[in-house]
Amino acid sequence: MSDHMHMHASPSAGPPSSSVAMIRTLVVVSAVSGLLIVLVFQWTLPAIKANHARALQAAVFEVLPGVSRVETFRLQDDGTLAHLAGEDERALKVYAGYTDAGKLVGVAIPAQGQGYQDVIKVIYGYDPAKQAIVGMKVLESKETPGLGDKIGKDPEFLGNFDTLDVALAGDGLRNAIQVVKHGAKQQPWQIDAITGATISSKAIGRLLGESTRAWLPIVQRNRTALEAKETR
Amino acid sequence: MRPETLHTQAPPFELDTFLEGVWKENPVFVQVLGMCPVLAVSNSVVNSLSMGGATVFVLVMSSAVVSLVRHWVPNQVRIATYIVIIASFVTVTAYLLEAISLDIYNALGAYLPLIVVNCIILGRAEAYASKHPVLPSIVSATGTGLGFILAIFTMGAVREVLGSGSFLGVSLFGPHYEPMTVFILPGGGFFVLGALLLAISWFKERNKRGQA
Repeated sequence: MSDHMHMHASPSAGPPSSSVAMIRTLVVVSAVSGLLIVLVFQWTLPAIKANHARALQAAVFEVLPGVSRVETFRLQDDGTLAHLAGEDERALKVYAGYTDAGKLVGVAIPAQGQGYQDVIKVIYGYDPAKQAIVGMKVLESKETPGLGDKIGKDPEFLGNFDTLDVALAGDGLRNAIQVVKHGAKQQPWQIDAITGATISSKAIGRLLGESTRAWLPIVQRNRTALEAKETR
Repeated sequence: MRPETLHTQAPPFELDTFLEGVWKENPVFVQVLGMCPVLAVSNSVVNSLSMGGATVFVLVMSSAVVSLVRHWVPNQVRIATYIVIIASFVTVTAYLLEAISLDIYNALGAYLPLIVVNCIILGRAEAYASKHPVLPSIVSATGTGLGFILAIFTMGAVREVLGSGSFLGVSLFGPHYEPMTVFILPGGGFFVLGALLLAISWFKERNKRGQA
């Protein structure tokens, strides 16, 4: 009986190619790979989080002049802003900046919109007292190198956002943000476009328009909550 | 039975194994492999060197591991096994790079995970590492890797100097130089690669005639 079974088993039992060997190899290799990935992920996670936090912090400092301390606020379902001490990946967040003396300078608000190539992500600083945008930085864009990517580099274009009027009237902007041909800027709510990068310039104007319409009333309504984090 | 017995007579590795990958069998200029990263992220020297470094790390590590496990991998599942090994090292590299420098990580973007499908790496695993001991496999992978870095660096240097007027971000020709933007756009990548391939085959042809 056992001889009979043995004879049947032997032709397919060559060690290099049995089904068991194939499955065993893949299982072992996958398990070791999984272990390696998880170990490296856990090991690098603190450094990666610190890198992202530092990049965001640097961006907030850049768009809100004179800031030395940043506090994160999240938008709650009832339309109020609440201070966020820990982390919350999914929450809609804005970043309030305070001076050395503890005074509120303004709020840095992330915004995004479709550009010429792909989504453009920016962060802009809003000064609720001046009712103006006081800085803008491109965080991520795939605009054409040498042309559209000037929206993040051209000092003249970025100068538009040193003081861009976004005063509120009722529930919207008193004057909608306008992108005008290079050199045609006359009003404080107009943006001078970059020659040769009209589409990217307009994309910035459009995404700022959409974001300000949504966020500025919220920021103004919640000024007391933002000022509550001032230190005296 | 073991393929290793065939190689015990030969020295552990030869200089040729190394040099072949760098020049004679250069993965980019001679074999014309791995074109996707060579064209896509060679628009500046920093991007070229980062992509080169990341690719070589994956290439050498996966060649070593593939060679190490070569006796236990049944023929039928070898490609699946190699891909799992390569993909793991790519994932690890991406995490390491994101931890080291966010700027470089963002600059490489989608091309970092795409190292998985770089055929230079699977090519080395299948054609060399799966048939040779660990040390020669590492030597061969390092040689091929250096060849890849040499190629992508040359591309990056030419494109950055012509297209941005700078080298490693340092401006070369002063503020009034108007750079030829086309060279940092995708089209410029094809021009430069074509020109380099032409120059190299002309150079080889001339050498051959010189010897005859």
